[in-house]
Amino acid sequence: MNEVIREFLIETNENLAQLDVDLVTLEKDPTERETLGRVFRTLHTVKGTAGFLGLQKLQAVAHAAESLLSQLRAGELVFNPPIASALLKVVDAVRTMLESVERSETDGDGDFSALIETLDRLRVAAPVVSPPMVTPAAKQPPTPVMTAVPEIRPPAPPSSGPPSLVMTQSSLHDAAESRAPAIADTSIRVDVNLLDKLMTLVGELVLARNQIMQYSASQEDTPFVRTVQRLNLLTTELQAGVMKTRMQPIGTIWSKFPRVVRDLAVACAKQVHIDLEGQETELDKTIIEAIRDPLTHLVRNAIDHGIEPPRERLARGKAEEGRLALRAFHEGGKVIIEINDDGAGIDPQRIRAKAIKAKLVTPEQADRLSSRDLVNLIFLPGFSTADQVTQFSGRGVGMDVVRTNIERIGGSVTIDSRPGIGATVRMKIPLTLAIIPALTITSAGERYAIPQVSLLELVRLEGESKQRGIEQIQGTPVYRLRGNLLPLVYLERALRADNAPANGHKKRNGADPADDAQAATNIVVLQADDRQFGLVVDAIHDTEEIVVKPLQKQLKDLRAFAGATIMGDGRVALILDVLGLAQAANVISGVRERALSEKAAAAAEPTGDRQTVLLFANSDGSRGAIPLSQVARLEEFPRSALERLGLLEMVQYRDEILPLIHVSRALRQRPPSKNGRSNAWRSSDESLATTAGDPIQVVVYSGAGRQVGLVVDRIVDIVEETLVSRSDAHRRGVMFTAVIQGRATEFLDVEAILTSLDAELVEPPHTITTQA
Amino acid sequence: MTVADSHQYCTFYVDGHYFGLDVLRVQEVIRFQQMTRVPLASPVVRGLINLRGQIVTAIDLRRRLELSDRPAEQLPLNVVIQTDDGAVSLLVDEIGDVLVVPANLFERAPETLHGPARELICGAYKLPDCLLLILDTDRTVNVTGCGHLQHAKDA
Repeated sequence: MNEVIREFLIETNENLAQLDVDLVTLEKDPTERETLGRVFRTLHTVKGTAGFLGLQKLQAVAHAAESLLSQLRAGELVFNPPIASALLKVVDAVRTMLESVERSETDGDGDFSALIETLDRLRVAAPVVSPPMVTPAAKQPPTPVMTAVPEIRPPAPPSSGPPSLVMTQSSLHDAAESRAPAIADTSIRVDVNLLDKLMTLVGELVLARNQIMQYSASQEDTPFVRTVQRLNLLTTELQAGVMKTRMQPIGTIWSKFPRVVRDLAVACAKQVHIDLEGQETELDKTIIEAIRDPLTHLVRNAIDHGIEPPRERLARGKAEEGRLALRAFHEGGKVIIEINDDGAGIDPQRIRAKAIKAKLVTPEQADRLSSRDLVNLIFLPGFSTADQVTQFSGRGVGMDVVRTNIERIGGSVTIDSRPGIGATVRMKIPLTLAIIPALTITSAGERYAIPQVSLLELVRLEGESKQRGIEQIQGTPVYRLRGNLLPLVYLERALRADNAPANGHKKRNGADPADDAQAATNIVVLQADDRQFGLVVDAIHDTEEIVVKPLQKQLKDLRAFAGATIMGDGRVALILDVLGLAQAANVISGVRERALSEKAAAAAEPTGDRQTVLLFANSDGSRGAIPLSQVARLEEFPRSALERLGLLEMVQYRDEILPLIHVSRALRQRPPSKNGRSNAWRSSDESLATTAGDPIQVVVYSGAGRQVGLVVDRIVDIVEETLVSRSDAHRRGVMFTAVIQGRATEFLDVEAILTSLDAELVEPPHTITTQA
Repeated sequence: MTVADSHQYCTFYVDGHYFGLDVLRVQEVIRFQQMTRVPLASPVVRGLINLRGQIVTAIDLRRRLELSDRPAEQLPLNVVIQTDDGAVSLLVDEIGDVLVVPANLFERAPETLHGPARELICGAYKLPDCLLLILDTDRTVNVTGCGHLQHAKDA
C-alpha cells in the first residue's frame, strides 16, 4: 500500500477514537471551546488529506461536517444533541470509508448524501464555504508532493489504532490535552510484531540466564560468577524494560466507552452517566486486546439490562440518570477492573426461571442454589437474560464467553448483585502473560511450576507434627492451618489418570503416597478463586522467572495446566493451572462446574450442587451435616475434661473456654420460652452418666468470629455430595433435609441454633451467613 | 493430496510398517530427546520436548495407529513436522530415506481398511518389494479423544 495512504489511515484512525470522546464531551458541555477546536481541526485534516488523495466522498462528508463545525466555532450555532448525533454519524461514515480505503484504496460505494443533507440542514442559512477541493487552511498544494504529508498531520494522541503501538508513558488523558509537539518528538511508532519478537527474544534470554545461573552456582571462578551476576541484573532490567514497552494504559480501550454508552443509552431511551477511574492503569498489550470484547459486552449489558428507564428509576426513588462506573486499579500484583452500575441488579429468581427454561439446570438443582449461585448461572453457556434480543445485547455472545476469555488470560470474573441497588462485575486480570515468577516443585519425579500469584505460603511437616498435622477423615485429608481446616490435594494423585476429573469423588481407599515414606510432607498453600487449599507435593524448589509458553492444541483440553516452560536445565516443565486443578479436585464446588449444562453427564452422575459436608450421627440415631467450611476442627475430649459452670457444659480448649452444645438436644428442644434457658447448653446426668469411658466427639464450629463445640455421637464421614433431594426443614435449627448416602440428613443451621439459645452466653452474631 | 507425476516422501518404520510423509511438511528428524510427561493427557501424547527453545508435543505413532508399544529399551526418533499450530513431533521406530516415487504407483486406501488406519492412511505406493503407506499429516496430529481407553493405564 502507498506509504502516504498508510500514514493517513493510521493517523485518522487514531484521531477518530479521540473524536468520539470529544463529541460526547461537547454534547454535555457545548462551551468546551478547546474540544470544539480539536474536532474542527481533525475533520479539517481529514478533508484536506482526502482531497489530496482523491477520495472525493470522504472529502465531501468531512467538508459538510467542517462547515457545520465552523459555524459552531463562530458561535452562530449552539452544540445540541441532534448535531452530536449527526457528527457521530460522520465519524462512523469516515470509519466506513477508511476501511474501504484500506481494502481497495478507494472510498467505497457507500451513499452518504443523506448525511451530508442532514449536516447542511443543521446549519443556519449561511453562505456555503469555499468548494471542497481547495480550502484556505489546507497547507498542502494540490499537486501531490510527498513532503507535504507530514505537515498536515497533527501530533497524535496515543491510542490503540492498529497496527501500531505508540510508545509513550503519558496517559491518554494527558496526551489528549497537551497536543504539544513534544510528545510527538519523544515517541516513535513501533510495529507490534517487532515488540512481540523482542519479547520472545527476551524470553529466550531469561531462559539462557537461568541456565547460566544454575551452572555458575557450581563454579568458584570469582570473575565468572561476578559476570554472571551482572548478566543477571541486566537481563532483569532489560526484561522489565521490554515488558514496559508493551504496556498500555487501559484508557486506550476505555476511550470508546463514552460513545458506546451514549449511543446505547439513546437507543434504549435511558439516561446514563459514565465515570472512568484509573484510566492510566497499565496492562500488557496482549491482555488489553483480550479484555476489549469482554469489557464492551459487560458495559452493554449494564446499560441494556442493568440501568432502568428514567421513569422507573424515578419511581424507585433514584436519580433519573443512571450511573455506570468503570474502575481499574492494582491489587496484589493483579489489575482489578470493576464495572458498577446503579441499576436494577440481577434478580436471582429471574435467572432461575431462565436457566430452567433453557434446561441449564433442573428445578430441583435450582432449588438448592443460593441466590449468589443463581446469579452465577449467567456464566453458563447458552444463557441469556434478555427477554428480547435487542440491537446491542442478547445476541449469543453470552457471559460464558466473557468468562472464558477472561479465564484464558489467567483472570477471573465475579458478580456481586444487589437487587434494586445495582450490580458490580469484578475482573481480576494478570499484568502480563509472558514472563511470570513461579515456584517449582516436584511430584512423582516430574517438575511443575506454580504461578506465584496463586501462592500463599509453604508448610513443611516433619516427624511428629506430620503425624498430627494431617488428618485423614474417611480418606479426605485435611490440615489444620492456624485454626482453619485446609483441604488437601495430593498432586500426584490429582494427576493420575485413574483419578481423572470426570471422577469427582475423592479416593477413599489406600494410604497416601506421601504418608508411606518417612520423609517430610510439603504443602503448598494456594488460593483458587476465593478458596484456599493445600497442594501436597514431593519437594519444593526455588522460585524463578519463567517464560510461559502455551500448550499445543493436542493438550489444550487439560485444565490442570496453564502452559509449559523451559527450565534452567533445558527440560520442559508444565505450569499448573491452580484454578483448574482445584476444580478437577473438586475443592471449588458448586456452580463453577460447567458440567452442569451437560445433561448426559448429569444423568450419569449429577454434578452441580456439590459440596463438601461433614456427616455426623446424633445420639438419637439421626444423621446431621454441616458444611465443612464451617468446621474449624474435630476434637475428642475425655469425659473427664468436661466442666460445668452452673447449668452449662464446657471444656478448656487451647487456653480458652469452649461452650458445648448437644446437637441432638438442641434440635429436640422447643423454642425457648421467655425465661427458660434451653437445655441444649445444659449438662445433664444423661451426658455424663452414659458410657463414662468414651471420649466425646466435638465438632468445633467456627462462624462470625467465635467458636462453639457441637457435641455429636460420632463423626460419620466427610463427603462431597450432590444433594439428590431436599426438603424444607421441619424443625428449628435445621436448614433443610437432604438425602446423603441413602439416609435422610439434617443440615444444621448452627447460627439459628445459637441465636435461639442462650444469648447471654454467646454474643449474637452480627451477620448470619450459613448458606449451604 | 495432489497426485503429480512424482512425489517426495520422508519415510520411516513403525512396528514393521513402512510409512511416508510429504517431505515438505517435515521440518527435521532428530534423535530421541528427553521428554516431559504430561499427566492426564491422551496416552497418544508421550510428552513435551524442548526443540531449541520451542516446546513441541511428541505424539507416539505406534499409539496413534493403535499398534503395540515399542520395547522399553528401543528409543524412538522424532520426525518433527510443521502444522498450523507450530511444530509437532511424531515418534517413530526407525528412519528411512527420502524417496521420490512415481505417481502412477499410488493407490487409494482400500475401503476394507478399518481401525485408525482407515482414517490416517490416505493411500499407498506399490513399491517393488513393499508398500509405502502415506499418512495424512493433519489427521495424524489431531488426537482429540483417541486412545484413552487402550492405554489409559500406562500413560
